[in-house]
This record gives sequence, structure tokens and C-alpha cells, in this order.
Amino acid sequence: MANWVPLWLHRLGSPPVFYRFAGAVRPWALGLAIALGAVALYAGLFVAPADYQQGDAYRIIFIHVPSAWMSLFIYGAMTLAAFVGLVWRIKIAETVAMESAPVGAAFTFITLVTGSLWGKPMWGTWWTWDARLTSELVLLFIYLGIVGLYHSFEDRRQGARAACFLVLVGAVNVPIVHFSVNWWNTLHQGSTVRLVGPSHIEASMLWPLLTMMAATKLYYIASLFARVRADLVASEGGKAWVRELLAREDGAA
Amino acid sequence: MNLAMGAYGFYVWTAVAVFFIVLLIDTLAPLARRRRNLRELRARIARQENRRRPGTPSNHESQP
Repeated sequence: MANWVPLWLHRLGSPPVFYRFAGAVRPWALGLAIALGAVALYAGLFVAPADYQQGDAYRIIFIHVPSAWMSLFIYGAMTLAAFVGLVWRIKIAETVAMESAPVGAAFTFITLVTGSLWGKPMWGTWWTWDARLTSELVLLFIYLGIVGLYHSFEDRRQGARAACFLVLVGAVNVPIVHFSVNWWNTLHQGSTVRLVGPSHIEASMLWPLLTMMAATKLYYIASLFARVRADLVASEGGKAWVRELLAREDGAA
Repeated sequence: MNLAMGAYGFYVWTAVAVFFIVLLIDTLAPLARRRRNLRELRARIARQENRRRPGTPSNHESQP
């Protein structure tokens, strides 16, 4: 591997560099997320044909499924960051892990609510204690537990360290959510879109779904970077680079 | 345009609304938090300045 990649990553580990990088990337990621999301939702809600069994109710898929993917993807990214933070004691990695949790909680909440809104007309119930639904609810509680633990310490660094451990412990739930539809007999349907082998979905429905997936990934980057910036301003408040930043903002105002 | 969504308009549009409302809050909250953190830091710096040179009026502390 070219050695500029580890060098670049190493430089990103510095809070002022990450702060500037995040500030530069965030508007582009958010703008692109909104553009892709608008195209995908238009195609999903109005262009794609209705499902032959579920009619138009299936269109909730274009929100529910990308959100559900994000609820697991963000946990994966958060676990990676928490692991790096704990092992190599890199502060930025801890911050990235901690600030991923609220975004993950938001997507998990959306998944649960939109799933409920889909379940009512299709299954006849808002909620059932089925393996997929229950494990997703547990995922929401784990996310909220991480956020709560992080903020319950006077010393932010200590809180981040403790919550990073909780991230690693809670990671056991991620495969349970993913495989719950195969391991148990659930009311929730199995996966339609597959990474390996053909997906059981029409192309006119698949492309808006995949576009929405790209949009939610970009949204995560934008939201995470805004959160890391807010976090760094507080946790690095005593450092010279934040004071310089403040002086520059005062000068601009 | 198929705004009625068959008989499922309520479910589909509520799902869309929940998605946008939650993500809107998620987008705005960190921007407000960053501004608040900067404001608190500004006040802290002003207090420290004041302690070092007592009697010097600080224009920062009079701000809300």
C-alpha cells in the first residue's frame, strides 16, 4: 500500500486537522445526501410500480430498509472506532465512536416507527415481540445506553473510555438483529436484497432502494462530522487551536 | 401523482414525515450544540481574563 494512506490517517488523528477536514466535507456530504435522497424517494414513491400483494404500502420500504441498514452499519463503524480508540488510545477515534451513537439511535428509531407503520396494515398489529423487532428495540436501548454512559461522567475522556467498552459488548447484538429472520421463525420477512446471488426484487424498485442507501450513508457522514466538530470545541476548549478558532470567528463576526 | 397511496396514504406519509422530522432534528441539534459550546468557551475565557486583571471591564460577560 502506498505510504501516504497511513500518513494521511495519522494526520487526521490530530483534532485540529480532523476539525477542518470535517468542516470541509460536511456540506458536500449533506448536499449530495439530500440530492440523492430526493431522487430516490421520488422514484420510490411515485415512479416504481405498486407491489402485487402489498399495494402502495410497500413504499415504506424506501425509508424503512435503508434506515434499518444504517442502524446496523453505524453500529459496525462505531465498534471499529471504539476498538481503535481503546487499543491505540486515539482521541479522535473515541470521539467518532461516541458521536456515532446518536445518529445510530435516530436511524434505529426511524426503523422501529416506520416498521410499525408498515406492520399495522400488513400484519394487523403495530407491534409484536418477534425476534427481529425485539432485537432491533434492544439495539435502540444499547445506543441510548452508550449516549447516557458517555454523558454521565464528569471527565469526558473517562466517559468515552467506559462507553467504548459498552460499544464492544453491545456489538454482540448486531449479528443477532441481522440473522434473527433466519434463526427464528419470525413474522418479519427475510432479506429481499442480497449481496451474494440475485436479489428478489424488480430493478425499478431496487435502484431507488440502493440510491437511498447511498444517501443515508452520506447523511451519516454529514451528521457525524457536525457532531464531532461540536464535541471537539468543548473537549479541546483549553487548547490553543480552539482559542485561535474562537478569535477568528470573533474577528469575522 | 399517486398521493393517496391506494388505501395506505396515512401509513406511507406518516413514515415519510417521521423520517424527515427525526433527521431534521438530528441535523440541527449538533449545529446548535457547537454554537453553544463556543459561547460557553468565550465566557470562560472572559472570566479567566477578568481574574488575571481584576477591575478590567469585560465586554464578553455582559452578554447573555
